[in-house]
Amino acid sequence: MKNRYDVLVIGGGPAGALAAKTAVEKGLTACIVEKRPAIGAPVRCAEGIGQEALNEFIDPDPCWISAEMTGAGIIAPDGFFMKLESEMAGSKVGYVLDRKFFDRELVWRAANAGADVAVKSRASAPIMENGVVKGAKIDFCGKISKVHADVVIAADGVESKFAKWCGVDTTVPVREIMSSVQYVMTDIDIDQHSTIFYLGNDVAPEGYLWVFPKGERAANVGIGISGKKSGDGHRAKDYLDKFVKKTFPHGKTIEYIPGGVSVCRPLDCTVADGLMIAGDAARVVDPLTGGGIYNAMFTGRLAAEVAAECIGKGDVSKKSLMPYDKAWRASKMGKAIERNYHIKEYLIKQPDEKLNDIIHSVSKLNLKEFSTLTLIKEIIRVNPKLVLELGALAASLR
Amino acid sequence: MLKVHRDICGYCGCCVSVCPEGALELIDAYLSVEKNCTSCGICAKVCPLGALEVVNEKQV
Repeated sequence: MKNRYDVLVIGGGPAGALAAKTAVEKGLTACIVEKRPAIGAPVRCAEGIGQEALNEFIDPDPCWISAEMTGAGIIAPDGFFMKLESEMAGSKVGYVLDRKFFDRELVWRAANAGADVAVKSRASAPIMENGVVKGAKIDFCGKISKVHADVVIAADGVESKFAKWCGVDTTVPVREIMSSVQYVMTDIDIDQHSTIFYLGNDVAPEGYLWVFPKGERAANVGIGISGKKSGDGHRAKDYLDKFVKKTFPHGKTIEYIPGGVSVCRPLDCTVADGLMIAGDAARVVDPLTGGGIYNAMFTGRLAAEVAAECIGKGDVSKKSLMPYDKAWRASKMGKAIERNYHIKEYLIKQPDEKLNDIIHSVSKLNLKEFSTLTLIKEIIRVNPKLVLELGALAASLR
Repeated sequence: MLKVHRDICGYCGCCVSVCPEGALELIDAYLSVEKNCTSCGICAKVCPLGALEVVNEKQV
């Protein structure tokens, strides 16, 4: 690690890796600092990603793909099963990744492209001059060194401390943190090519429970509930244990992973003087699905592209960096976040009976395009009453 | 004050994201509580495992 870079990236997840790789490809110098001793572990993720979303960034490699998905299922509060398949039956619609290897691959690529990487190196404070971010103090095994940079990209995940130190409020509201636990389980009876989502206030209040296959007879079995609904005796772990005891009584848990996923709106502004915020740290997780891998890679890459332009012009002020904020909000991803936020807000207010009704209306859907948007559109099509309830939101979906 | 039950904590950082004071910091497998913690209990509520507890000074 040197003491000066064009771009300093805080965090070695998908957002940070794409930011650093893009920066060096644009001719800049860049360094990723990762506070953990290993990239990619422990994995705090259900690891699902759509096929097209992944292909936009990287060609699939069996080294870091655990399982290929051809469909999905939603289980209503009363146990009714809604099956979702692609119009092309049996065709691949998504993947469950092995993030330990996926994240490592992304950082490898950044390193091979010319980025420096420092692990077990924690950004402990920003370097600020007249309110402008100029780098970070990096703590490596208790030794603190100053690293200066024209632009710091904060990609430090759900904790999002770096931007907070720079004066940006990144606090997630209690009702909008998904308090989560996941077990990696083996020896369980599952459909190894479908992701399954369980809904209901008794199963996962204001959230959902997932079974994402990791191969034959193995899956990520996890849950996220609203922080508002969490408390002694009814925490995420209590709900998950109840489900596992009932559904997979003979399964074996080989990993035990707690976590937090933000389902709030993105930060009001994702740039400041000398600072850009990307990925989970910017709160760009999809509020409906909780998916964040694609959004992290998308914002990480975009941040570095804009950083390169601004550094080239010699102006890294907030105003100069704003095109990044504007561009991701105007993108397909940004629009999906806004739309899905409203859908999430609607769904969490519905009682189980209503969720049952909606899910009962279709037992099998063959989706032309395998996406949440197509699913929502189809559900509205068969439940015309929803158009009235959703109001302007329904109109925006057409 | 805030007590971290280290035998229960899974050092996931869920608590860090909701702390309005920025008083929690996760350093690999160790959650540290800074002096500016106000014992508001938000973190204790959202912890997926129940590893955090607001206790009286005497109980520590």
